[in-house]
Amino acid sequence: MQIHKYDTVIVGAGGAGMRAAIEATKRSRTAVLTKLYPTRSHTGAAQGGMAAALANVEDDNWEWHTFDTIKGGDYLVDQDAAEILAKEAIDAVLDLEKMGLPFNRTPEGRIDQRRFGGHSRNHGEAPVRRACYAADRTGHMILQTLYQNCVKEGVEFFNEFYVLDQILVEEDGVKKSAGVVAYELATGEIHVFQAKAVVYASGGTGKFFKVTSNAHTLTGDGQAAVYRRGLPLEDMEFFQFHPTGIWRMGILLTEGARGEGGILRNKDGERFMEKYAPVMKDLASRDVVSRAIYTEIREGRGCGPEGDHVYLDLTHLPPEQLDAKLPDITEFARTYLGIEPYTDPIPIQPTAHYAMGGIPTNVEGEVLSDNTTVVPGLYAAGEVACVSVHGANRLGTNSLLDINVFGRRAGIAAAEYSADHDYAELPEAPAQFVVDQVERLRASTGNERVAQLRKELQETMDANVMVFRTEQTIKTAVEKIGELRARYRNVSVQDKGKRFNTDLLEAIELGNLLDLAEVMAVSALARKESRGGHYREDYPNRDDVNFMRHTMAYREVGADGAESIRLDYKPVVQTRYQPMERKY
Amino acid sequence: MSTATLDKVEAEAQASPYITVTFRIRRFNPEISDEATWQDFELEIDPKERVLDGLHKIKWDMDGTLTFRRSCAHGICGSDAMRINGRNRLACKTLIKDINPDKPITVEPIKGLTVLKDLVVDMDPFFQAYRDVMPFLITKGNEPTRERLQSAEDRARFDDTTKCILCAACTSSCPVFWNDGQYFGPAAIVNAHRFIFDSRDEGGEQRLEVLNDKDGVWRCRTTFNCTDACPRGIEVTKAIQEVKRALITRRF
Repeated sequence: MQIHKYDTVIVGAGGAGMRAAIEATKRSRTAVLTKLYPTRSHTGAAQGGMAAALANVEDDNWEWHTFDTIKGGDYLVDQDAAEILAKEAIDAVLDLEKMGLPFNRTPEGRIDQRRFGGHSRNHGEAPVRRACYAADRTGHMILQTLYQNCVKEGVEFFNEFYVLDQILVEEDGVKKSAGVVAYELATGEIHVFQAKAVVYASGGTGKFFKVTSNAHTLTGDGQAAVYRRGLPLEDMEFFQFHPTGIWRMGILLTEGARGEGGILRNKDGERFMEKYAPVMKDLASRDVVSRAIYTEIREGRGCGPEGDHVYLDLTHLPPEQLDAKLPDITEFARTYLGIEPYTDPIPIQPTAHYAMGGIPTNVEGEVLSDNTTVVPGLYAAGEVACVSVHGANRLGTNSLLDINVFGRRAGIAAAEYSADHDYAELPEAPAQFVVDQVERLRASTGNERVAQLRKELQETMDANVMVFRTEQTIKTAVEKIGELRARYRNVSVQDKGKRFNTDLLEAIELGNLLDLAEVMAVSALARKESRGGHYREDYPNRDDVNFMRHTMAYREVGADGAESIRLDYKPVVQTRYQPMERKY
Repeated sequence: MSTATLDKVEAEAQASPYITVTFRIRRFNPEISDEATWQDFELEIDPKERVLDGLHKIKWDMDGTLTFRRSCAHGICGSDAMRINGRNRLACKTLIKDINPDKPITVEPIKGLTVLKDLVVDMDPFFQAYRDVMPFLITKGNEPTRERLQSAEDRARFDDTTKCILCAACTSSCPVFWNDGQYFGPAAIVNAHRFIFDSRDEGGEQRLEVLNDKDGVWRCRTTFNCTDACPRGIEVTKAIQEVKRALITRRF
């Protein structure tokens, strides 16, 4: 076991982690621990754009953007945080441009902007062009640009290091972060990173669903690490289903396709979104569009022999426009479906896309141990975190924005904390939990297989806690997850080696997914209302009297070692916007 | 709404005709043996699935020790470049039906980088070459308050090379790189091109000096392997030629 000492340690090298690293490296001795080479991170899969009210192509301002974000999140958004997001968006985009990001340009040479779901002029009057973009590979360009600037700043990376545990210590009755424990993929060696400040930026948890736009590696490792140590997770029941995933595969086709004029059609060729969202139509918020698609499918208007999908129709758009603005997604349709989008509509279905919930933080990125108490030295940003700027449903282009605004804030705050504080003392045997976990899995002779359990988990999640939920379906999921968690204790791996043991890591990742799936389902069961991405058929209306509040889920361990989940609630921060009925 | 092509695609998906294929995989694990060997796996697969799906079936259902890198599974993250039937491709962008599944499908690690285990190679020299070309915007003077202006035409000059996902398919298909690991390789030159031809950048001269080195662009023998290998469709050889021309004319 090796012990390293850094002022600041950042966990994850996607957009949020690298944006934080650029700031932290300038101010403190910083290490970035990442399970993937930085440019492999899933930020690179984001396509459509990054919202900012630059007003380069039409009237716009940050107040409209703030309103849209809050309305999009079905009023579960913390309004102070949304205001920061929308205000700082403008500098965040300009900063990226100065770092070299090749945005598409207007005829005047300024950053071009396009329409995106839920972004409107003057509080819902009409769609507005707010998304700054680089073709349909905006996330790729952000990831590349941030990595390039990390190279420029000399950021120190530990590639293929999996952080498996958060070290928390208690000093004078205060829970503090003392560092993290990581597993080095190449050698199987365990490393302790003692740090004054730790920033989690390890991304989402989408792999507990079967049809998902998420990478294989998005297994909620950061959320699981802090949750296991008794810190809460916020609003985990809110998961976004992106309307347009490639049928059966779930590969993302950007909302920018509809921003460019693409239309959703059912088997009769009808533009069905007109019925559900008369003003914004195909550009209503994602939760609204995904529910509309499944309503069409359930009522027998789905396409194909099984009527299990609808079409994204781009055939009326000029091929030159598709080539210039949507080259990647049209290529996905050709590669994976054998379809020519110039002439054929693309079969799509909603795909599990984004976790609105996560590790609760305040607007400085500081992690909370309850509704108000900060954990000194612990930070989180990006999809792993819940600030909450996305509330019950995130608007498209607000995630690339989130990682830049709050990645930067967390990086600065962590480095400033490092400068002013000393190391918290490491506990005795700081790596013991990970050592035991790894040894147990390597030595296990149990008869359960990782792939089988993961498949059953993904199937139950797709069937029971997706776009439509009821008490009964959620209970089915909770029960099934309980069974899978019990069987997980008998899981074994075939690869017993030290070197690049991805078999072992997949087993650990499955453990994380199981923990988080349970939190999600239990949180969803308790929320007896429908709001944003959480839709309960048995409680189809939003209930502001009882549920205008964030869910806080804590892991409890009884005296007998039995685990349970305790739910608590946190008030929503409201500043200037009163909840209204949401219409698009 | 449906069309002839679409009906065919949907009906085919319906039929899901599983076929039996053989994956012939180059295995290497220095914890067990210093020798690399070929191993065959027979599996049932839908020909519309990806080579990556086949590798997952093997890893998840047959042999958990099979080791490879992957993440996004749709050609964006650049993790799973490998040599499939003798050609560099991304496993997640190669469909079984497109590579003649009647014969065994050979899968090997990409060439020219040290193999660490099975299909996993040491990527550090590859990323070092990338870092050596200073792959970041270099500017002088004061920063503007708003964005730097750039015309759509100027933006188009380097559009192609911004697509690079650093998968190393090009560099590890290059015969010059196989013979001499000191050569920067196509990917590093592509990323230098991305900045040299960016109208906002003022570091072109510095980068050209780096590439004028004995291990720089002049080693390129224009075999077009890199262009053929690029899963993003970048015209790699053309980009290298443009850099060579810029070195001669000092105009870019």
